[in-house]
Amino acid sequence: MTLSGLKTWHRVALSLCVGLALWHGVVVVFDLPKFILPAPQLVAETLWKSRALLAEHAVITIFEVIAGLVLGATIGGLTAIWLASSKTAEVLVRPLLVFSQTIPVFALAPLLTLWLGYGLLSKIAMALLIIFFPVTSAFFDALVRTPSGWLGLAQVMGASKWQIMRQIRIPAALPGFASGLRLAAVYAPIGAIIGEWVGASKGLGYLMLLANGRAKIDLMFAALVVLAFFTLLLHTCVDRFCVKILNQHR
Amino acid sequence: MTTPPGLFLRGSARIDAKPLFGPVDVTLPAGRWTCLLGPSGVGKSTILKLFADLATGVSFDGTFGSSDGAPLAGRIALMAQEDLLMPWLDLRQNVSLGARLRRERPPSDLAETLLAEVGLTEHIRKHPAELSGGQRQRVALARTLMEDRPVVLLDEPFSALDARTRADMQDLAADKLAGRTVLHVTHDPGEAARLGHQILVLTETQLIKVPAPHSAIPRPVDSAEVLDLQARLLNQLRQDS
Repeated sequence: MTLSGLKTWHRVALSLCVGLALWHGVVVVFDLPKFILPAPQLVAETLWKSRALLAEHAVITIFEVIAGLVLGATIGGLTAIWLASSKTAEVLVRPLLVFSQTIPVFALAPLLTLWLGYGLLSKIAMALLIIFFPVTSAFFDALVRTPSGWLGLAQVMGASKWQIMRQIRIPAALPGFASGLRLAAVYAPIGAIIGEWVGASKGLGYLMLLANGRAKIDLMFAALVVLAFFTLLLHTCVDRFCVKILNQHR
Repeated sequence: MTTPPGLFLRGSARIDAKPLFGPVDVTLPAGRWTCLLGPSGVGKSTILKLFADLATGVSFDGTFGSSDGAPLAGRIALMAQEDLLMPWLDLRQNVSLGARLRRERPPSDLAETLLAEVGLTEHIRKHPAELSGGQRQRVALARTLMEDRPVVLLDEPFSALDARTRADMQDLAADKLAGRTVLHVTHDPGEAARLGHQILVLTETQLIKVPAPHSAIPRPVDSAEVLDLQARLLNQLRQDS
């Protein structure tokens, strides 16, 4: 049987095994101490032993990411509709948005902590900020590219500007919104983790810093594995959701 | 439906600096079917789009409007060359698009009736992506008829249909649009000969009014006058190339 004949699931499992074997090989061949690179089985052990601790912090991070994602997608979507429906907004606000992207969002993290405190709010804001632009920009680009034939037909039919937006431009732009959302699902965890690094008392990012400080590199890797797994899961869910809305609007 | 007005257009059009059609004088008699025939690229669709207020990128030098002097907005139904179906709506929703966009309640069952008349009853719950090109064009025709407007602009409305369906749809359109002012852009001399109360041929150099029979439309495909007119129209088109 050839490799290309395997099911997707089997291929993922196979490449995971290859990755783990390589990791183990590197540790053995170079005789790395566990405070530099712990072997996979040690990480797996820690993952199991510290499951309660990991879960406690993961719940916080997951909440931050999902809240940031929902808020960012909503605010980004509404901003795109606003920019696409008002010439004034496009002329005045859009350059401002583009300019705001010259500021690295990460650099804002200390400020957000200063303004919003060490709690969940500053991390949600960070996730929101990091996904706001991709969502707005992908959706806006799609909203201003409605095929002119549809717009002409709607105009002849006597539709108001708002009905054209609601019934033609927005449904026609949903694929653009979906691609923004897919990007956002990957970016949102980055935002939350950065926020936790800058200042927090809970969350996977905080746990990673703490473990690093105490040379518990195995715990740090275990937190990383949980984070990677969650990001993958989130991406899959968002992707399914996008496929669903696009099927309804094919 | 209100009383259909006549339409007129006098003037010339350019795209950038390039002349599209020269000074022409188009008059569409009220309540009559006018076929506008001609080779591709001479500006037939532009004339149609000017009436619909959709001619972008074209500078028109002249006047056009309705014989009663009232604005045309709200009195026109348009069937463009592309079917322009919304892929996210099923056929019934597509056919009642006008009412949806105006936030009106569409006349009950009219969409179903029209879809039945264009032969698509069994597809009523489907989405446009599941249809063939010819079926899609029939949905667009049903949507245009649904609008129930005194002025109807048709841009190659039967071009994607097979010969049999095309003849059926010509009969249906002639019946449904009787008494309205129709501008029908077409490439097909046979179609113009069947349907036009008035037939205009637009070429690169001029607009020619070809005398049409006085008989009622749709004229039978096999009548001598239709066959004769079809031949004359084709000769006219070839002569001017």
